[in-house]
Amino acid sequence: MAQSDREGGVAPVQVRGTVLTVRRVDAYVAMTVVAPAIATRFRPGQFIAIAVGGPQSAMLGRRMFSVHDVRPDHGGTVEFVFAPREPGTQWLADCRSRDVLDVVGPLGRPFPVPREPASCLLLGVGTSAAPLFSLAARLADRSCPTDFLLGAESADRVFGALTARRTGRSAVITTNDGSLGSRGSVVDMLPTVVQQARTDVIYASAPLGVLRAVCALADRYAIPVQALVTEPTMTCGTGLCMGCVLPSVGNDGITRMVRACVDGPVFRGDAVRWDDVGTIPFDALGAPGWKPRPGAPASVAAPTAPSTPDGPPAHGSAGERSNAG
Amino acid sequence: MPADLRTRIGHLDLPSPIVTASGCAGTGRELAQFTDVARIGAVTTKSVTLEPRAGNPAPRLAETPSGMLSSAGLQGPGIDGFLQRDLPWLLSRGARAVVSVAGHTAREYGELASRLSDAAGVTAIEVNLGCPDAAAAGRPFALDAAAAGQVVAAVRGSARYDIPVFAKLSPEVTDIVAVARSCVSAGADGLSMINTLPGMAIDPVTMRLALAGLTGGLSGPAIRPVAVRCVWLVREALPDVPIIGAGGVRTGRDALELLLAGAALIAVGTVLFHDPSACSRIQRELEEELGARGVDRVSDIVGRAHEPAGYGAERHSWV
Repeated sequence: MAQSDREGGVAPVQVRGTVLTVRRVDAYVAMTVVAPAIATRFRPGQFIAIAVGGPQSAMLGRRMFSVHDVRPDHGGTVEFVFAPREPGTQWLADCRSRDVLDVVGPLGRPFPVPREPASCLLLGVGTSAAPLFSLAARLADRSCPTDFLLGAESADRVFGALTARRTGRSAVITTNDGSLGSRGSVVDMLPTVVQQARTDVIYASAPLGVLRAVCALADRYAIPVQALVTEPTMTCGTGLCMGCVLPSVGNDGITRMVRACVDGPVFRGDAVRWDDVGTIPFDALGAPGWKPRPGAPASVAAPTAPSTPDGPPAHGSAGERSNAG
Repeated sequence: MPADLRTRIGHLDLPSPIVTASGCAGTGRELAQFTDVARIGAVTTKSVTLEPRAGNPAPRLAETPSGMLSSAGLQGPGIDGFLQRDLPWLLSRGARAVVSVAGHTAREYGELASRLSDAAGVTAIEVNLGCPDAAAAGRPFALDAAAAGQVVAAVRGSARYDIPVFAKLSPEVTDIVAVARSCVSAGADGLSMINTLPGMAIDPVTMRLALAGLTGGLSGPAIRPVAVRCVWLVREALPDVPIIGAGGVRTGRDALELLLAGAALIAVGTVLFHDPSACSRIQRELEEELGARGVDRVSDIVGRAHEPAGYGAERHSWV
């Protein structure tokens, strides 16, 4: 019973992790933290929540980072990549080796992986691409060929281009200014890449607008998408604050406001109502004026997990995922 | 020897004065991953409404200096979902459930109270008076002593006699004691304070309001001094009414401050977003703070700040 509270995963832990390394990677900062309890529990797609500003910090929100990679050295380390943009992440970027951080993780639902070998396209924009590389390794274990489609504004903001070229069957890079790869956005290249690679499933990690476009295109080609969202902004990462909700359609066809941190961050592309993110759709469960359907079972009110239990054919079931870690 | 944290309010026996604040502990499941919910005083639930509610659109939260602005809009499964799934889960984990209720009319509050009374295992009811009053053009009940009293009377009238009713008060009033008196004379067994303060934030990147709900409630350590004042004032006026003190409690020392001001229970809220294990930590820290002051029982220091100056200093050498 205790384990079923958190479907398909092990409960997260809160640890004090020592910073091992802080590196500049082009426009980004890559940080490695010693956190064995998180490293051993981690599965690709999950994220960590870090408290910033020290123990009496005036910044109460945690900062969320998709885990780029975990390694077994020092008992287990966790690496993540970010662009310091606001005071919280700036504080983190100023941390040095041996500083101690309050880290919670691993959080959220991981990427489901195919049961049978399938051609996978890994699509990422900027630092959002970071979680795709541990996923690629996991897919390789399952003999799935992986193709990469990475994009960013400029060459120094494309994350992991080298690794993608080395480990992927193919790697296509796009930049808005044309400084690396082809000029344009990942969405422009998607049709070409999908056709050349004969993609069976797309794993996408990108800003909301890109995910919306990718899911619309994939829908046209009837390719399932697993989308990792980073918006709306998460505050606690643990599901307590109810801040990061987006409208998602469950298997029963009912739209619910679900939390990106616990019901995601990985969603089936066709489950999220991308055009309605940032709103409460009028037909969402409990929206103003909403009425229970006459004769509907009482369990209609129970928010069920919208993501992946009956994934597309190429995907493992939830049960299969939980014993696969 | 560590101080005895057991707390007795009326006929309620709680193992600790540390409880969660409404809306900050999820359904309890999220918190239980980091804190043993059976070992804290009680879990106060998100405010339960009659119907399921989708809440407000995102963004719902904005970080402010030492605080948080929030307008989640009471998203929740409604009373049916709560009684079916959330309450049984809390009880199965050995937690005590203080159920917060919210509505738009006194009648809705009363109906919720009677539904909760039919269910086994409700430790107490907290009346969220921060909701807009449909009969007063959306002014929150807590801002008007008479309206607040009517809601409390409706809840007290419908709730089983052995379930204590706490009224949650807003600091956004000229005279919080008047509202407190009105609630107590309407039958409230205790008071809970403070709810959030209204605030607004603008995102410098988008140059638009930071919250989709336009304004939000400010909580967190930023409002702790406001909470201390409200608790102190009400304790001074109504010394026999038990108070749940809430407002930015982050450490055992913060909890001690509210206890000294007159709160018998301490609710930990926004800080849980920052540190999900805060309840257990604060409980441990409070034990240490009391031990360091030679206090044996936490109940001994409730309202101590109201005693004449020098009284404490004569009896204890820690100052």
